[in-house]
Amino acid sequence: MTSISDKGGAGRPLLEASALTKIFGSLKACDGIDLTIGTGEIHALLGENGAGKSTLVKMLFGALQPSSGDIDWKGDTVAMANPAFARSLGIGMVFQHFSLFDALTAAENIALSLDVKTDLNTIATRAREIGQTYGLPVDPDALVGDLSVGERQRIEIIRCLLQNPDLIILDEPTSVLTPQEADLLFVTLERLRSEGKSILYISHRLEEVRRLCDRATVLRHGKVVGQCDPRKETSASLARMMVGSDIHVIERRPNDAPATQAALIEVNGLSQKPRGPFSVSLHDVRLSVKPGEILGIAGVAGNGQGELFEAISGEALQERADIVRIRGKDAGRSGISARRRLGAAFVPEERLGHGAVPDMSLTNNLLLSRYSTDGKVFLGGGLLRLLQQSSLALAAKRIVAQMDVRKSAENPDASALSGGNLQKFLIGRELDRNPSVLVVNQPTWGVDAGAAAHIRQALVDLARSGSAVIVISQDLDELFEISDRIAAMVHGRLSESVPIEAMNMERVGLMMGGADTASAHVNAGAV
Amino acid sequence: MRIELVKRPQHSALFSALSPFIALFLTLIAGAILFSLLGKNPVSALYSYFVEPLTEIWSWHELLVKAAPLILIAVGLSVCFLSNNWNIGAEGQLIMGGIAGSILPVVFPDFQGWYVLPIMLLLGMAGGMAYATIPAFLKVRFNTNEILTSLMLVYVAQLFLDWIVRGPWRNPQGFNFPETVQFNSSAILPEIWAESGRAHWGFILAVVAALLVWFMLSRTLNGFEIKVLGRSARAGRFAGFSAGRLTFFAFLVSGALAGLAGIAEVSGAVGQLRTTITPGYGFTAIIVAFLGRLNPLGIVAAGLVLALSYLGGEAAQVSLGISEKSARIFQGIILFFVLASDTLIYYRIRFVTRHSETAAKGA
Repeated sequence: MTSISDKGGAGRPLLEASALTKIFGSLKACDGIDLTIGTGEIHALLGENGAGKSTLVKMLFGALQPSSGDIDWKGDTVAMANPAFARSLGIGMVFQHFSLFDALTAAENIALSLDVKTDLNTIATRAREIGQTYGLPVDPDALVGDLSVGERQRIEIIRCLLQNPDLIILDEPTSVLTPQEADLLFVTLERLRSEGKSILYISHRLEEVRRLCDRATVLRHGKVVGQCDPRKETSASLARMMVGSDIHVIERRPNDAPATQAALIEVNGLSQKPRGPFSVSLHDVRLSVKPGEILGIAGVAGNGQGELFEAISGEALQERADIVRIRGKDAGRSGISARRRLGAAFVPEERLGHGAVPDMSLTNNLLLSRYSTDGKVFLGGGLLRLLQQSSLALAAKRIVAQMDVRKSAENPDASALSGGNLQKFLIGRELDRNPSVLVVNQPTWGVDAGAAAHIRQALVDLARSGSAVIVISQDLDELFEISDRIAAMVHGRLSESVPIEAMNMERVGLMMGGADTASAHVNAGAV
Repeated sequence: MRIELVKRPQHSALFSALSPFIALFLTLIAGAILFSLLGKNPVSALYSYFVEPLTEIWSWHELLVKAAPLILIAVGLSVCFLSNNWNIGAEGQLIMGGIAGSILPVVFPDFQGWYVLPIMLLLGMAGGMAYATIPAFLKVRFNTNEILTSLMLVYVAQLFLDWIVRGPWRNPQGFNFPETVQFNSSAILPEIWAESGRAHWGFILAVVAALLVWFMLSRTLNGFEIKVLGRSARAGRFAGFSAGRLTFFAFLVSGALAGLAGIAEVSGAVGQLRTTITPGYGFTAIIVAFLGRLNPLGIVAAGLVLALSYLGGEAAQVSLGISEKSARIFQGIILFFVLASDTLIYYRIRFVTRHSETAAKGA
């Protein structure tokens, strides 16, 4: 490992991990990983979900103990007993899921995480200083609950910088940011690098890694499969390293359905109050999707996408029947089963516990969303409504073959499938009945690249066969890949949709930030 | 240091199946320890508690008499518990069923005929259902905790029974004993084999109920709905099932079966309404339901086991000179071990020391 030259630092590397291995039961989450981080470099850690990135980072931060292998810090072998020890050495970490209390101010949240007791005024002053130095403007006295996701992330970064670390670990920092917010973050990170700090940057977004990072280590199945200078690679070559094979390119035929056709799904002025303390209200949401079309709905998580999904699916009913119309029929007062019978199908964001019952078999989970539309096939015995296990098994087999679902048993529980395979099954479950309308929330969240490509292709094919598809996603690359029009959700409002030809990253970023919602309509034709 | 339960990534299918037997075995060991602490020979004590009652024909009959209400109630409770409705008030529903079913023979003793008994059974079921509707309504309408409401309603029912048999329904020729008139012959649930013992048709009803509910749970969409909503309310809503409707359904089914158990007990085993129609069947049935793994067929077996504990208690009173209330202790120990074995199948115990705790906090 020492053979790899240490680009950023003078002399010895800042952190050097050799042959780090972590075994969970029979699974080698990390298998003999070597990693060298020099001083003053931004080092990318690339890999798909389940490649072992999180496990590796947790060992570096002391949150997990390696089964074998060594970590050297500034030349000395250290035992990272716990995160407090890692922090005392000078390692800071910003987690993907923030650990902030909504009801406390930014300064109070920072105070909670400090190992040494410091009074709030000092913290507020220092937080302001750091914020100014690094371009992280934040009001220390603001309640965290009132702040945007980007601002919360800044608090986490400031909290980390207050400890004056030499190495900062960032876990998927841009997954919750709009493109503009991400740009601001990159400026901060570049400034930190210029001061000689090192950054371990975990991501699966290849473009930003190529733009930002000096060096990249690629993991696959718990092993290091490559090290490279990402600026000399292409996105495709990095992706190939991550996945191990070429990724299927989505074929997207032009939509040849006549534009004069009536919309298959319409939402007309949907407003609703928040239904609980962690729910977002919706304001006058309008959309309509015609046969053959995919409407992509972009937005940072927590801007009302989940609420919109439940309103369209009928899990939450509307005040008036004409607010949601499916295939020209008022459906706003109908439940989810009635909407399914009108030809609509739904795939929610959460697979286990919403789209599927974890400890039920695949055939039972097939029945879950199909009993009302396919009662003739899956139920018998008249009023007794007996389950027809043989036809359920037949249909499950068909879906498994169609979507290439990999499973270890004939009819396993939903929870026994990997995320990608379960998602393929759940999407296949709906595609199997050829729905006229498909609404899907985060179709490829946490799904490996191969399965994601398969799912996206299936969505495009469904639309081109004459159905209307709504895809709610945080993954902008995905939306650009498959959508015909893109709209953005922010604070429970949905922007006008913009045709994909007139769309670019900057534009969608502005829409996600709420800036473009008013002007989008006017601009739509002009760009 | 503190103790934590950590979910196991996989649970053993073998131990899941063995769990009730492990629990019974541990109960016997705990019982042996208990008896030796009382100064009794544990072997002979356990023998007279659990084996001796099975050595005579008449006590087999008694076993079926005791098992009938336990099975009937537990079968209904399995529908409740599987659908995440925690009906703890079967005892009260049993009592109300017993009272409602007794209306004909007590208030209209001259109304006689073959049709009296079926009407009584239906009234008993209706009484239990009506009483179970209260916690169901409170839960669906006001989001009230059904554990509390159903349990509190048990005491209401007990006091109501006490009042009605001491007051308006007391037998005028009964020397002021708190009981109603003896039921006339057409209001008596007949014995199955009258020549050999007391076992009445209540046991047959219990087995039929168990078969019907087993069929519903394992073969019909209705049973599927119960299991889906019980495991994941959100997935159930996605499926288009209504949790509120199912809460009513589960409470009505279990209320009806508890009420049937009540009237079957009154008209089959007792022959009149008294203040003491149940030695806590409604509560013991909770143990039966869990020991039977919430499977109606398992519940038939578990009902016989728990019925044996009642007989053993009576036998122990005679031969060992200890209170028949010891049966309650055994029932409690069984429930404890059943729940403990089930928990340990899904979770393992971890001891958290101060050192590892600081590590965890830092993360």
